[in-house]
Amino acid sequence: MVDPNFIASLLASSIRAGTPLLYATLGEIITERSGVLNLGLEGIMITGAFTGFAISLATGNPWLGVLCGGIAGMLLALVHAFFSITLKANQSITGLMLVLLGLGITGFLGRNYIGEVAYYLDLIKIPVLSDLPYLGEVLFSHDPLAYLAVILAALLWFILFKTRYGLEIIAAGEKPEAADSMGVDVDRVRYISTLFGGFLVGIGGAYLSLAYAKLWTEGMTAGRGWISLALVIFSGWMPQRAIFGAYLFGGLDVLSFKLQAIGVGISYHFMKMLPYVVTILVLLVSVIRKRAAFGAPTALGTPYVRGKKE
Amino acid sequence: METLLEMRNIVKRFGNLVANDHIDFEVRRGEIHGLLGENGAGKTTLMNILYGIYQPDEGEIIFEGKKVRFKSPKDAISAGIGMVHQHFMLVPRMNVFQNIVLGYRTPHDPLINQKWVEERVEALSEKYGIDVALYETMMNLSVGEEQRVEILKALFRDVKLLILDEPTAVLTPQEVDSLFYALKSMTKSGLTIIFITHKLKEALKVTDRITVLRRGKKVGSVKTSETNERELTRMMVGRDIVLDITKPPREFGKEVLRVEDLWVKDERGNYAVKGVSFSIREGEILGIAGISGNGQRELEEAIAGLRKVEKGRIILDGQDITKKGVMERENIAYIPEDRIGVGLAPSLSVLENLMLKDFKKYRKGIFLDFGEMEKRGRELIEEFSVKTPSLHSSAGALSGGNIQRLILARELSRNPRLIIASQPTRGLDVAGIDYVRRRLIDAVMKGAAVLLISEDLDEIFQLADRIAVMYEGEIRGVVDRERANYEKVGYLMAGGLEVTA
Repeated sequence: MVDPNFIASLLASSIRAGTPLLYATLGEIITERSGVLNLGLEGIMITGAFTGFAISLATGNPWLGVLCGGIAGMLLALVHAFFSITLKANQSITGLMLVLLGLGITGFLGRNYIGEVAYYLDLIKIPVLSDLPYLGEVLFSHDPLAYLAVILAALLWFILFKTRYGLEIIAAGEKPEAADSMGVDVDRVRYISTLFGGFLVGIGGAYLSLAYAKLWTEGMTAGRGWISLALVIFSGWMPQRAIFGAYLFGGLDVLSFKLQAIGVGISYHFMKMLPYVVTILVLLVSVIRKRAAFGAPTALGTPYVRGKKE
Repeated sequence: METLLEMRNIVKRFGNLVANDHIDFEVRRGEIHGLLGENGAGKTTLMNILYGIYQPDEGEIIFEGKKVRFKSPKDAISAGIGMVHQHFMLVPRMNVFQNIVLGYRTPHDPLINQKWVEERVEALSEKYGIDVALYETMMNLSVGEEQRVEILKALFRDVKLLILDEPTAVLTPQEVDSLFYALKSMTKSGLTIIFITHKLKEALKVTDRITVLRRGKKVGSVKTSETNERELTRMMVGRDIVLDITKPPREFGKEVLRVEDLWVKDERGNYAVKGVSFSIREGEILGIAGISGNGQRELEEAIAGLRKVEKGRIILDGQDITKKGVMERENIAYIPEDRIGVGLAPSLSVLENLMLKDFKKYRKGIFLDFGEMEKRGRELIEEFSVKTPSLHSSAGALSGGNIQRLILARELSRNPRLIIASQPTRGLDVAGIDYVRRRLIDAVMKGAAVLLISEDLDEIFQLADRIAVMYEGEIRGVVDRERANYEKVGYLMAGGLEVTA
């Protein structure tokens, strides 16, 4: 009964809607793995979205926009890193501050950009494969950043679990005193992870304005930063699982529009609530199963001070 | 033998506390050097300085003939120093392999050369007889296995000097034997080992030379073959009595506290108190000597009502209080070892801390009668000479001595029947020590019973009427103060067997 074309277009747009979530989730996974909790995703994303859009409009180069979106995210992450790693301040508060800062600044600076059309990222239809019925639309007709996100997830998995850097990041997030006693510079590892994480979150934001919506509106992240935070937990701090999670949550997001379009009457608000309900369920399951692989990094959100007595 | 390490004139202060007071320490290549002393003597601090965790306030370190300055463990590791901490530095969610290579650059870095690591670990395991399951998650390992991983971590990095901080504290006797065997075989291949301990027997058994620390100062260094338990005990415990307090003679009244066959578990679920029985009478001070970590904390918390009793009974004034809550144990005053964590709510004001147990007395409808509370607070501060800027300053900001006076004011002003005083003078200056001891004596003169738990033998001998030694959760011999012998108690504290007089 269900139209295969409907399914194919739903899946394709799930991937598009999921890609910004994927960037932000991957960024936060790396940050949190090192022991830093950055709650500011919403603010970093919107800053990335605005910066990307503005730079693209000014230069005519959307790729430069994406890069600058990432750098803007990195700068906000630097603020967070300075407060939480160097000053050992409360990480939750700094993160929340970034949300308000990002939303405020972009709302203020972005007024003149509303209604503008920037140069956006073109789709790359992979020859031959994109002509496959249904599958071509779902998998092989996206913009380059969407493909890159998947490659990036695989790459981060490799770095985290197969290289010395990954071990150092995980150890800094699990038991910083152990990492320190083995000569790992915990603060340095945390700085790098937080900055790199911020870069990815910024790119996730730039994707929103330069590839997904292709325009700028105030507050256009619309809670995606928060959803990405939930996705980190959903994926159990594993980059490879984030792919599935981001597309699933992206799918829930577009489903509400698609269902409305074909006249199925489920409340928009109910659909908007779904990702959070799923997150609560995942949390419940992870607590009940007590699987180590599902757990948060042990030292998440705890500043490290060498030689501090317990 | 040539000198491998020299630490000269090391001073380390934490606030007012001098943890290392001009310590000279010298280790020769290829020896096992015992670093002996009671808890708080400054052994771990000295080694943390050597390993780059702390920076010394004064003094210098010479390693392999060169003056060195380790800003972090990284510097110490690259100089060839490894340390196995008392609380292991392992990442529980990682496996053995990952813990060993953490921070190490294998060939083809940053990739981890699995085969290379495997071969290297295997060679080391064979050489020193240390077996580990390389791909087991740390969480599944026993404490003994964890320790082997810690040692392998150091060997893997080609250390020349290995520091072991209380390595036997967590091991079974069999594991201790195999550890000692491994240590001996390491020194045969040229390694030098510093062995931190407070157990005399182990120091005598495994070391070549021993350096003794007491209260942050070095007492001396001796050749193991030329010393004995008696001499070491004297060095470790010391005889210098700080203060002289005379206890007026008094009659002991009826029994206040009776503990019968008490069994209590620690956080990890192991029995920390194993079948302890004793009693204390009105006007009497029972001193429990022993090195921290032998079940004293669990014992005092069980009596204070903070910890569940697995088996046995606690009887206060003839009433079984074993299952009663803290509020129902009003007649017990508790002066805990951890003054700031357990004794106080540091962020609350001095007044609030004084009234913590008495808020109910100052009810006025649904409000508190602050006027009355402040009046009483002022009296208490006066009586116990707590020096504080005001009643409303935060309690955590007071100095150590004043924090203890504040706790004494709250606990002793309620005229308790039983006073549990745990390490009541640790870290205090002479005036503070004197004050606390006099207060305890005042309290027994008024008929209270005191359970005094202390590592400080001078304190025990000065205050207690009867002395018991606690070792590994058991009480070894309760003797009258008059019949107790200083050396013998020290010997029992260090794990010696009871000698019937």
